[in-house]
Amino acid sequence: MIHIHDLTKVFGKNTVLNKVTTSIDKGEVVTIIGPSGSGKSTLLRCINLLEKPTSGTIRIGNVTITDPKTNIMEVRKNIGMVFQQFNLFPHMTVLENITYAPQKVKHIQRAEAEQKARELLNKVGLLDKEKAYPNQLSGGQKQRVAIARALAMEPEIMLFDEPTSALDPEMVKEVLDVMKDLVELGMTMVVVTHEMNFAKEVADRVIFLDNGVLIEEGNPQDFFNQPKTERAKLFLSKIL
Amino acid sequence: MNLDFSQIVPFIPFLLKGIGATLQFVSISILLGFILGTLLALCKITNIRLLKIFANVYTSIFRGTPLILQLWIIYFAVPQLTGYDIPEYLTAILAFGLNSAAYVSEIIRAGIMAVDRGQMEAAMALGIPYRPMMLNIILPQAIKNILPALVNEFITLTKESAIVSTIGYLDLMRRAQIIGAQIYRNFEALFLAGVIYWVMVYILTKIGELVERRLRQSDTHS
Repeated sequence: MIHIHDLTKVFGKNTVLNKVTTSIDKGEVVTIIGPSGSGKSTLLRCINLLEKPTSGTIRIGNVTITDPKTNIMEVRKNIGMVFQQFNLFPHMTVLENITYAPQKVKHIQRAEAEQKARELLNKVGLLDKEKAYPNQLSGGQKQRVAIARALAMEPEIMLFDEPTSALDPEMVKEVLDVMKDLVELGMTMVVVTHEMNFAKEVADRVIFLDNGVLIEEGNPQDFFNQPKTERAKLFLSKIL
Repeated sequence: MNLDFSQIVPFIPFLLKGIGATLQFVSISILLGFILGTLLALCKITNIRLLKIFANVYTSIFRGTPLILQLWIIYFAVPQLTGYDIPEYLTAILAFGLNSAAYVSEIIRAGIMAVDRGQMEAAMALGIPYRPMMLNIILPQAIKNILPALVNEFITLTKESAIVSTIGYLDLMRRAQIIGAQIYRNFEALFLAGVIYWVMVYILTKIGELVERRLRQSDTHS
């Protein structure tokens, strides 16, 4: 479903991603891990072109999104994204946050969008918060609303950029639980995370990046128990 | 002390008409300056070089020359160049609106830059097009932060509007001067005009505070 070939991203003199090649199947859950500054987030952000690759290609389905002729807006409609800092719209209520894009982008009627939003809020356990503003919510609640907001566009792919890194420890679980529900539903997910347990329990595959290079990838059991590379061994010895 | 307010009493209706005359062009100038300033601010933050250069040159010119000079150029130089005898009212609106746009554009540009980058990224990730993103997501947050600076600009414009008296526009200031010349006493009429300017600015300040408080409500809903 997602095919990444020789993806390179350079900021100034800094090569953040260096010829990364991998592909992600439909319904697959992939976690990207690695030390900070390894290019994990940049790789994720290239998939919906929040970062413009310096060279290389990304193909989603039949669409080469790195082709300058491709309409990026059309591509983004199909890719939901959840950010570390939530990025909810602070001047809108929870319900407005979720219904804004479906109405504006997909031209769905307000009543229908609201009904759909309530279903999603129910799914993330926040049905009673529809009239609340983001600053009235805890971090975990904000992140669950952010997930609902992304899902309201009915994307085929969901990208998570360190979704639990800004949360207090006791709120991590509620967000991971929502993400696990999504896995159950067969969503294609790419998750940059420091939650090794999430990677171990639910991921189909782990991608390990260091210094912008894809060092190793494989299923979580193999990766965590018998890493093939010295670099991965060193990394795992520090964090586990 | 030589003070006698009784002599200006017959002229008070004449003076008060100046309030309307001043407010009429000031309010339109504010509106023109705000809309034009917003557009200029958007030009300043785009990646399109030509628009950026245009907006920066515009701002540089209108901020870098005296307002009274701009007013005089529009009033006296436009007829010379085009043969069109531009009325005082239109001159005043243009001079103040165009000038204010330069200042407002800088205020709004700073306001947009201060909105968290994540807001734009979240909107882009949802596939929201540029116009609704700016109008419904970025600008409302920017305006909230820059409201005090905007009100300040409107206050400056209201007060500085008195220089239109130099092209003979019958605003509050000009009327005070005329009354002074009629009765050979200047203090009383000027004093009264000063009080009226102060009241107008005071009301503007209060309106600004009210709007600001309403906008802040989304921060303190709990």
